[in-house]
Amino acid sequence: MCTTCGCSEGETKIDGHEIGDRPRFSYAPKAKKVTAVTAAEAEKHGLPPISHSHAPGVPQSRRVQIEQDILAKNDAYARENRAFLTGRRVFALNLVSSPGSGKTTLLVKTIEALKGKAAVAVIEGDQQTSQDAERIRATGAPAIQINTGKGCHLDAHMVGHAIHQIDPAERSLLMIENVGNLVCPAAFDLGEAHKVVVLSVTEGEDKPIKYPDMFRAASLMLLNKCDLLPHLDFDVELAIDYARRVNPAIEVIRVSAKTGEGMGDWLAWLERGSAKG
Amino acid sequence: MHEMSLAEGILQLLEDAARREGFGKVRTVFLEIGRLSSVQPEAMAFCFDAVVRGSLAEGARLEIIDVPGTGHCLDCGRDTELDEVYDPCQHCGAVPVQVTGGTVMRVKELDVE
Repeated sequence: MCTTCGCSEGETKIDGHEIGDRPRFSYAPKAKKVTAVTAAEAEKHGLPPISHSHAPGVPQSRRVQIEQDILAKNDAYARENRAFLTGRRVFALNLVSSPGSGKTTLLVKTIEALKGKAAVAVIEGDQQTSQDAERIRATGAPAIQINTGKGCHLDAHMVGHAIHQIDPAERSLLMIENVGNLVCPAAFDLGEAHKVVVLSVTEGEDKPIKYPDMFRAASLMLLNKCDLLPHLDFDVELAIDYARRVNPAIEVIRVSAKTGEGMGDWLAWLERGSAKG
Repeated sequence: MHEMSLAEGILQLLEDAARREGFGKVRTVFLEIGRLSSVQPEAMAFCFDAVVRGSLAEGARLEIIDVPGTGHCLDCGRDTELDEVYDPCQHCGAVPVQVTGGTVMRVKELDVE
């Protein structure tokens, strides 16, 4: 269990260690274990009196207004992460896509292109293995691997631990490569500046309307593997049209991590975003 | 199966509320789920039952309140109903429509004892 915020994350591991082995932010709230409150305890702590039943065997019930978003806890952690990152002027992106869209290759090429210009740190999310983090480290950039075990997405809490551990430099770039999955990561804010969705042209052009939540949550769509377009029936304009139908504001950049096509536009987008941060 | 994490989020809310409001058992959870949210009600009900086992909400009933999707047409300026975020305006057929409601995932109220 985490000694700082009292968390226990089940199967989640960061660089092979259970999540609680290292502390998260020192100001993280302490999670408390809740047990049933007795009438005497309630009175002692000034809580509203607990009513008792007048009909034996039928406990009295009452209605309690809650009106709270079920992602409230994740969103609170995300706010903490965002405050920390913007405080250091770190430009953080949450890269999302289906498995095999080329996110890691794109990251490797991006880091190589930015060498000597900008510091990049990477948080890698996968269910198992540290292969992606190793590919990133081979470029010389720091990388941390989160293994979610059975989990299908990164959440703000585990990413907070990873941010603390990777300790990104002032005015650097932090790339969070989410678990390859076009469904679940859409709902979880990690504290990033933007979600960037990577769609490779070897997938169907109708992915944006098949998985609308993800394309709606993203600020930018990178159409990757564009070097393969001559060999495919992929309709680029239709893919962009579908993406704008679910998200009129989404920006689109066509890239090929392999040939370098469009990488200039992507790097310029990163530079503009970092400057704003 | 992000419904599993969301169900865990609900349980945390219930435990926080129990501490705040001083109750020991949850009988019913009223949950608003928008049609444009990323939650499948059946999957949520399944995960909820699994997650609350052994907790203050074991055996609690989950009442899912369906919240319709709504949008505002940027073309004709009228409000329209949406089943999907990319649906055209029901009045003039234009896309895209700006989503104005139906993305909620919220614990509304509880019956407790």
